Amino acid sequence: MTATTENGALITSAMVDLDLEATTKDEATRHLAELLVAEGRINDLDGFLADVRAREAQMATGLEGGIGIPHCRSEHVTVPTVAFGRSDDGVDYGAADGPAHLIFLIAAPAGADSAHLKILAALARRLVRAEFKDNLRAATDPAAVADYIRTEVTP
Amino acid sequence: MKFVAVTSCPTGIAHTYMAAESLEQSAAAAGHEIVVETQGAGGAERVDPAVIADADAVIFAADVEVQARERFAGKPTVTSGVKGAINNGPALIAQAEEAATTAPATAIAPAAGGGATVATADGGGPELASKVQAGDSWGTRFRQWLMTGVSYLIPFVAAGGLLIALGFALNTIARGDQGYLVTDQADAFRAGLADSEVLFSATSLADWATLSMVIGQAAFGLIVPVLAGFIAFAMADRPGLAPGFVAGLVAGLVGAGFLGGLIGGLLAGGFVMWLKRVKLPFAFAGVWTVVVIPLLGSLVIGGLMILVLGGPIAALQNGLTSWLESLSGGSIVILGVILGLMMAFDMGGPVNKVAYFFGVASLSTSLETGTDTGLQIMAAVMAAGMVPPLALALAATLRSKLFTPAEQENAKPAWLLGASFITEGAIPFAASDPLRVIPSIMAGSALTGGLVMAFGSTLQAPHGGIFVVPFISNPWLYLVAIVAGMALGAFLVIAAKSTKRAEQQLVQAEVAAGLVPATR
Repeated sequence: MTATTENGALITSAMVDLDLEATTKDEATRHLAELLVAEGRINDLDGFLADVRAREAQMATGLEGGIGIPHCRSEHVTVPTVAFGRSDDGVDYGAADGPAHLIFLIAAPAGADSAHLKILAALARRLVRAEFKDNLRAATDPAAVADYIRTEVTP
Repeated sequence: MKFVAVTSCPTGIAHTYMAAESLEQSAAAAGHEIVVETQGAGGAERVDPAVIADADAVIFAADVEVQARERFAGKPTVTSGVKGAINNGPALIAQAEEAATTAPATAIAPAAGGGATVATADGGGPELASKVQAGDSWGTRFRQWLMTGVSYLIPFVAAGGLLIALGFALNTIARGDQGYLVTDQADAFRAGLADSEVLFSATSLADWATLSMVIGQAAFGLIVPVLAGFIAFAMADRPGLAPGFVAGLVAGLVGAGFLGGLIGGLLAGGFVMWLKRVKLPFAFAGVWTVVVIPLLGSLVIGGLMILVLGGPIAALQNGLTSWLESLSGGSIVILGVILGLMMAFDMGGPVNKVAYFFGVASLSTSLETGTDTGLQIMAAVMAAGMVPPLALALAATLRSKLFTPAEQENAKPAWLLGASFITEGAIPFAASDPLRVIPSIMAGSALTGGLVMAFGSTLQAPHGGIFVVPFISNPWLYLVAIVAGMALGAFLVIAAKSTKRAEQQLVQAEVAAGLVPATR
């Protein structure tokens, strides 16, 4: 499946940053997006970031419990992908109860097929599970994090 | 409890599913069942209609418009954004519990004791049909549909009827012995309005009477459309409204009265129920419900009403009129009985109108020739027309448990409507339970019609009820005749409503099945 093979995987260790250094959500999002550009998942950084900002402008993507999920469907995305960043200091994504410590940048191609969308849906569902978040807070190794997320969202 | 939910967000890849997950977890934690429809970027798998029908409440956690929302019409509903569901699922579930338990008047009391509770007309209309379980008998469903129509109808009867009564009352005070002319004044007033002329002087009491009459008659014009519209609504949800209202208006055009409206509403509801079963690609669903169903439903049912009902009703009215003319040479008591039966049969419908206009025509002839027969006929017609609302008001007062809360409320205006010779005051009772109510009030009105003729009372006004007492000869005997018919009608209604309901419902089931083809 796409989610588990390195080639088109939903996430790889190169897309995980457990020490995200950013003070604003624009910075954090840009940093995570650059990881995706480096892995060939996004073909136009600025175009992609504009799409994310457009989505963010509709409604802040920060959620209670220290989660930020900047996301969009964009023509500049080639493969459905998530980048994960963890910030000890937190980055403000507009949630009422404070900054986000777990940040998921979810990138969906504009024309994603339903199999891809199902994987992203499965990921989204995990994000509201306490166990999933706890494991990500405790994780120490990017490769283990990528493995864990891929396993969790395997359809 | 059982809930259904729809989640939906702008992008449709994240919040939609997080909200769904959160609601599922929260519902499970609280010991409830929930089915969530995620209207995300990948499209949505539609929740089974049976699940919706079964649900106690609906949760919309959506930041964009919920698609095909009308599927959930009438359910107790809780609304929030997706974030509300993600951040605080348990609170939404708790709200849904509360909405389900406090939802107004959707409880059903099948078979026993007074029948079902009627939905109130406020708050967007909790709608009864969706609460009818799949296993319910046709009789129960049929009754639910009619009751929904009636519950929306009652305010129109009350407002219109009482304004008309007020018009008669003010008019008698203002114009004295020409009191009954207010209906002519109302016609002139409307003709004036059509010519952009308001024939009204604030200092003239007579003009106030006319104004009240005109507004009341306008409200009365809505009775049949509202009844038909909301019967269709109960059957087919919101898409049924337009075809139902149109069917009711067309029933008015062809002079089919409230029975025509009842049938039109049921036909429209049944037809839309059938149209809604057509399976369509998702993209067409919106256009189908908003444009195609109202268009087709109105055209087909409206056309059917005009082409199929129009001719027979005109023929019926002509036949009845010549029959009455032939009878007027014979026994005047029998004529009174027949006029009574006709006045009560459809309460303002085509048969009632034939009897009423026969009375008015006889009155004019007698006033010209100076004979009494026509005055007696008019007296019998008015007394018989006063009986149905009075009899039902009496029955609902004596045995309130046999009537729904909405009907009990309607009893209060019905007293005044009956006293004012506004037979339509009985429609709310008759529309929800025609098979038991109509025969009973026909018997009551027949007795009154016969007695008035036997007593020889005469009346020199064509309308007005208690407000034209000065034009009635032997007023005390006239009153006795009315009270006797009222008592008989009330007694029969109480007896009919107390009999075994199971049998009655079987009969109604057959009627429903016959009237509403192709819905099941």
